[in-house]
Amino acid sequence: MSPEAWQITGFTLGVATLSTVVILPFGVALAWLLARRPWVGKPLVETLVALPLVMPPVATGLLLLKLLGRRGAIGGWIEHTFGWEIVFTWRGVVIATAVMSFPLLVRSARVAFEQVNPRLEQVARTLGAGPVRVWWTITLPLARRGLVAGALLAFARALGEFGATIMVAGYIPGRTATLALSIYHEVQLGHDTEAFALLGVSVAIAFGAVWASEWFLRRSNA
Amino acid sequence: MKVELTGLRLAQATFSLEVDTGLSGRVTAVFGASGSGKTTLLELIAGLRRPTAGCVQVGGTVLTDVAARIFVRPERRSIGYVPQDGALFPHLSVRQNLIFGCNDRVAAPSGLTFGHVVEVLEIASLVDSGVQTLSGGEQQRVALGRALLAAPRLLLLDEPLAGLDAPLRERLLPYLARVRDEFQVPMVYVTHSPDEVMALCDDVLVLANGRVTYRGAPSGVFVPSATPRFVQR
Repeated sequence: MSPEAWQITGFTLGVATLSTVVILPFGVALAWLLARRPWVGKPLVETLVALPLVMPPVATGLLLLKLLGRRGAIGGWIEHTFGWEIVFTWRGVVIATAVMSFPLLVRSARVAFEQVNPRLEQVARTLGAGPVRVWWTITLPLARRGLVAGALLAFARALGEFGATIMVAGYIPGRTATLALSIYHEVQLGHDTEAFALLGVSVAIAFGAVWASEWFLRRSNA
Repeated sequence: MKVELTGLRLAQATFSLEVDTGLSGRVTAVFGASGSGKTTLLELIAGLRRPTAGCVQVGGTVLTDVAARIFVRPERRSIGYVPQDGALFPHLSVRQNLIFGCNDRVAAPSGLTFGHVVEVLEIASLVDSGVQTLSGGEQQRVALGRALLAAPRLLLLDEPLAGLDAPLRERLLPYLARVRDEFQVPMVYVTHSPDEVMALCDDVLVLANGRVTYRGAPSGVFVPSATPRFVQR
């Protein structure tokens, strides 16, 4: 592989890892709330979370572009407060991939929590464990394989994200070029050899992530 | 240990639980058909559910009082609860299950030590096993030991023998009698088996469609014989 291909692969793995780490605490917390607690507005939040799964990724990207741009409600505030630019930077790539993979994490984590028998949590309460101890010693360990599988699925989704990323971050070699964006770019230029080399890397990484996710799910259902 | 249930109300899908009584036996049976409200009543005492009205007092301490907005959380009630399936934590070993509720800051009442409980329930050989390897009877004994080691002031047993076959039930009954006699922890014992009531209990509460239809000595509703029969008088 060329040095550029290595750089693109490293960058893609880095942003996919970072976006998964960023969404993990929020996704797990939201999944637990959806699985275990009745609350006002739950159906609305469920629908909003699922939207990136069904909307065209480019449309989600356009929405993010408007929100995260210098004149956007969120982007303007972030730039003013922290001095960080989002659009057309690696941060834009992380946010776009995070938004697109968030629903997959929440869905998997929610199923994982729903499969934990509530009776076990109730018995733990009668044995003197408060809600926090029950969460750490009963709920989380019993749901862990489903949670890891969900995180791997989100990571795999982040690896292949294209539509939202191209809108928010564009294709800037060395700055925002991920595997998916680079494959598209190389094909556009007629560089089939480079495109297929990146395709091979994408397939290998995605296969590994999805295989690991399925393995964890099979273990959790055993 | 007196358990006072005053004006306790909770609507369910198929019945409305309405209980106004006291339980004072060493082992009080809660007897009734499926869907009569037995498990719901235990869950209200344990604090796993909140009633819509009424008061729960155990040993003079108010644990639930809807009118006064008092609700003591389950982890602060010191009430042990053993559900029908035992509900052992599958990711923990037998030993870890047993010590889950042990509280080092509170001195265990005499007799309720790990060694003694394990000895009485004859589970010493199982403590280093995983719970997945246990038979149904062993799981129930471990669940009972786990609840006892949390040093409860009251123990709630929800049909602990219901899922087991008849020979195994007969083998386990003496363990329950030993727990009753050895540890002096008052028990509320949900069952629909007259045999178990006659063998273990000195007080019985009969529930039908969420209402108490009898409370008193087991001899008041069971005809003693080799196979005791329930006779509602």
